Amino acid sequence: MRGPLLSACGVTKRFGGRIACRDVSFDLWPGEVLGIVGESGSGKTTLLNCLAGRLAPDGGSVTYETLSAGIVDVHHLSEARRRLLARTEWGFVNQDARDGLRMGVSAGANIGERLMAVGARHYGEIRREAIDWMTRVEIDADRLDDRPTTYSGGMRQRLQIARNLVSKPRLVFMDEPTGGLDVSVQARILDLLRGLVEGLHLSAVLVTHDLGVARLLTHRLMVMQGGMVVEQGLTDQVLDDPQHAYTQMLVASILPV
Amino acid sequence: MTSSRPALRVCGLTKSFIVHAQGDLALPVLRDVALSVSPGECLALVGPSGAGKSTLLRSLYGNYRADGGSIRVRQDEAWTELVGAEPRTVLDVRHRTMGFVSQFLRVIPRVSAVDVVAEPLRRRGSEPAEARRRAEFLLAMLGIPARLWSLPPATFSGGEQQRVNIARSLIVDYPILLLDEPTASLDAANRDGVVELIRQRRDAGAAIVGIFHDTGVRDAVATRVHEVLPPAQPAGVSPGVAA
Repeated sequence: MRGPLLSACGVTKRFGGRIACRDVSFDLWPGEVLGIVGESGSGKTTLLNCLAGRLAPDGGSVTYETLSAGIVDVHHLSEARRRLLARTEWGFVNQDARDGLRMGVSAGANIGERLMAVGARHYGEIRREAIDWMTRVEIDADRLDDRPTTYSGGMRQRLQIARNLVSKPRLVFMDEPTGGLDVSVQARILDLLRGLVEGLHLSAVLVTHDLGVARLLTHRLMVMQGGMVVEQGLTDQVLDDPQHAYTQMLVASILPV
Repeated sequence: MTSSRPALRVCGLTKSFIVHAQGDLALPVLRDVALSVSPGECLALVGPSGAGKSTLLRSLYGNYRADGGSIRVRQDEAWTELVGAEPRTVLDVRHRTMGFVSQFLRVIPRVSAVDVVAEPLRRRGSEPAEARRRAEFLLAMLGIPARLWSLPPATFSGGEQQRVNIARSLIVDYPILLLDEPTASLDAANRDGVVELIRQRRDAGAAIVGIFHDTGVRDAVATRVHEVLPPAQPAGVSPGVAA
């Protein structure tokens, strides 16, 4: 049996005197989708950024098993190698699509750029692949040459997902991928993500404050409060039989529809 | 059809709920539960409302977290322990070995009834077209009109949703099946269809544990009963009831 794809060991991050996340450890196995839930300010996004190599932790380590070079310590890689990893084996879906897209170039270029980063050179091929991905995320192919500035919020988010997945990453980090979108748009993106994660056998770490999103997309959950993981386990077990006082409060706070 | 080697073996199972919002109130539900089910058997859980039948069933599936004891499932010719297991171990057992039919369908936005049903089979690597055919077969058998198959089940009636749920849980031939009131909101004709499906699975060698309030359904499918006692009473003093 293969080992874990991503391992966090004692990850700690401080901002000045304030501890944003403290002593977080877990293993993410191939094909697993891990959700990180908790209220705003609980340290979810800080942890995600530490995992994805975007923020250097003050303590602990993050290791990842690369396709070609074995297990690497994400924070001991050179900046160039970390960027290469982020462009090839990883994806990162930001809450605000504007942070994950280049707003000044066409949708097609946004998708094509990722392909070129992994070595694609044939223009016709790149364009064909871009059109294929536009269709998979349910955007009309005739919007290929439009800039994302002309897209709606939901379309931008779907374009960001296409840009991230076109290069066939093994691990995708997602920060509130449906935050700030209308519920109908949210449902469409959740359905899309669900199908893609399953179909491409992706591993993912998903940060969300929405327990419904977590139930739909994740296998496992970590519940964070005040920078610490207070509970973790199988998603439906954590939500249906929460053990920690904070998790019980979170689950009890969901408004029934 | 009963084989001597059990597919599921439970011993010393203990479960209580701690409600932190109520001053860490402890509600003991299961104490020292022991049972064992072999292929071809259907064990009916009986007991008064609130005795913990659903809690027991959900604990077997790993949906509720057991406090102690052992739940072992036969998989790949070996026992897999579920109490205290890693999430991926539980998911693997659910994926290949143990199915659960709950009373309610958890609706997934935008996904059609036929795809909801076909999903577990697709996940196990079946051809999408083949999974779809089998899903349609089951939906037809359970009396869901063909015009509904391509619609998301969110707007279906309670009984229709329950039958979609049953089809989804029975599309894979799980060696172990857990059934929580599978016929609760069904009319007589549809109930008979579900009973027939459960009997087929049992006779084909599935090990089944279920809660059936309808005594007619219970008599039709169960080969044994297991009494679940309310937590106030000491465990193990009630004589077993034979089916």
